[in-house]
This record gives sequence, C-alpha cells and structure tokens, in this order.
Amino acid sequence: MALTHEHIIRLLQEKFADPQLTFEEPYGLLTVTAPAEMNLKLLQFLHDEASLQFRFLTDITAVHYPDRKGEELCVVYHLHNLKENVRLRMKIYVPVEKPDVFTATKLFAGANWMERETYDFFGINFVGHPDLRRILNVDEMDYFPMRKEYTLEDPTRTDKDDEMFGR
Amino acid sequence: MPRPVQYNTNEKVKLVDMPEGYMGEGFMATSFEKVVGLARKNSLWPLPFATSCCGIEFMATMGANYDLARFGSERMGFTPRQCDMLLVAGTIAKKMAPILRQVYLQMAEPRWVIAIGACASSGGIFDSYSVLQGIDQVIPVDVYVPGCPPRPEGILDGILKLQELVENESLRRRHSEPYKQLMASYGIQ
Repeated sequence: MALTHEHIIRLLQEKFADPQLTFEEPYGLLTVTAPAEMNLKLLQFLHDEASLQFRFLTDITAVHYPDRKGEELCVVYHLHNLKENVRLRMKIYVPVEKPDVFTATKLFAGANWMERETYDFFGINFVGHPDLRRILNVDEMDYFPMRKEYTLEDPTRTDKDDEMFGR
Repeated sequence: MPRPVQYNTNEKVKLVDMPEGYMGEGFMATSFEKVVGLARKNSLWPLPFATSCCGIEFMATMGANYDLARFGSERMGFTPRQCDMLLVAGTIAKKMAPILRQVYLQMAEPRWVIAIGACASSGGIFDSYSVLQGIDQVIPVDVYVPGCPPRPEGILDGILKLQELVENESLRRRHSEPYKQLMASYGIQ
C-alpha cells in the first residue's frame, strides 16, 4: 500500500491530537505546520513510526517574514521517505527576538551543517547544537545576511569602489 | 636523400630585438636594467588563480588557438613560489580574500598581478555581502582586464600591457619609497 497524505495526516492527528498542528498541500507537497517546541517530537515520530519512516533529512532552511509579528522566522524541514519515495515538509515559526529551536542533530547527523548554515544566514539559535558557528560566511560577519531587514542598496557602503567600472 | 631542415630556421623562430647598446668586435655593452627587463618580460611565469568563467577564458588563452606560449609564458606554475605573474580570474568571495592574499605573499619579488574580468577588478555584478569588491582591496594590482568574461584576446592584451610594465620597470622600483608605501597601505612588509 502506498503511503498517502491522508494516512500521514490521520496518524499525526491520532498521535498528537493538537489543534495547532495544521496541514496543507501546496503544489501537492504535504506541509505540516507545528508549534516550535514540538519539532523534535514530530521528527522523531515521523522517523520511527513503522508506516511513515521519514528517515532522510533532505534540507533545513529558513524564511524571514518581517510582517508576521511574533512569528517572523520560519524554519523549514524537508523529509523524505526513501522507501515509498514520499516527501514531506515541516514548518515551525519562531519570533525574531528569540529564535530558539531544538536541534535535530541527535536524530539526523546530517542536520549539523544544515543547522549551521541556517544559523549563518538567518540567525536561528539551534539549542543543543554541538558546534553552532558560521559555516559559509566569513567568521567576522556580525549580521545575518538573508534576513529581510536591509535596504536594497546601502548608500553608506565603503567597500564598493566605482573608480574602475562604475554602475 | 638529403632532407632540408624545415623547422627552427631563423625565419620561423622570432627573436626579440637587441637592446640599445655599444657594440664592437666580440663585445656588447648595454645597461643592466635593459637586459634584466628583457629577460623578465619574455619569461613571465603565470600563476592562474581561476575561480569561475573568466578561468575558462584563461584556459582558452593558454590553449593552442590563442597560445600564450608565444609570449614567453610557456608553463603554468601551480606554486606561488616559482611564479612572477598572478592571474586572478573570477569572483573572489570575502572568505577567499585571506587565501588570495596568502598566495600573493608567498610569491617572491618581483611579482605582478593581473585582475582578469569585472569580478576580480571590481566585484562585477556581485554587488553583495559575500563578494570582495575588487581584489585591489587586499593586494595591489598592476593590470585590469575588463569584460564579463573578457575574450582571450583581451587577456592576451592585458598580458602584453603587463610585459610593457615589466620591461620598463626600474630595477630600483621595488626598493623605492613609493613602493614601500604602497605595500604598507596593504599591510604587507
């Protein structure tokens, strides 16, 4: 029997029975939105449950919604059941003032670098991460470049030298 | 059957002109600077530092069609310690800036730098938080080659321009006060 979206939704609702757990299917990809503190329980259940077996973490990333008060930052997990070839997206929202999220490194070793990258670009604080430092950007960087809080062109910039080519 | 030699005759091998000097029977006198300039100009050892598409154009420049070897840059040296001419071809991320600087520092004097393409010269289209806005922010540059990417002809032109600089460079330049000030402005001893 193929793993259907209805089956996943039914199992999750039976297990957690939480009204804050919402489901949608944009472009046919099942998306679970959960409260931030539930992320590990959900990942663990999706990983262990015999009929679900989401055992491959494709990616962790984040989105910044500057207009959503109290839930500015969205952390997105992409999971994959390799056996049934079914994908699942999980979203949690955290406020930009306190972007604390439990780390998934205990469950997926591959989450280590993904979380470092997400921290690097969005400043998500993964609580319990063994080595949370910047991975792609220079170590001296003191801001999170992918947050939507900067003007498109900064007139006060000093590192852009227009002498040779100009704009 | 005698076979005439068809290669390495003087019509096929191009020689550089002799520098000005005083010549007599069995001797020739000229200035040391001219001889050194001539030698350096025609045996520049290139060190390619290619990170993106400009590097591909540079490979074409090295290939048989454009053949950089015609200008005395026969062999790429992939160690900075052997090379005279650093060719930076491509976007340099801010994270790579210290590595580029290290490569430059490992080269022995006299050393020259060509910035190939818009990215190496000014950051190019990557007006971004992660990209170095021109390599001249970390190392001094002698010749800038514009283009995105420049054609191999452009790169050859840049190298010929550099050869002019090398030929006419004073032997004392690297000990001069302005040069020391230039190095000091980049924080290089």
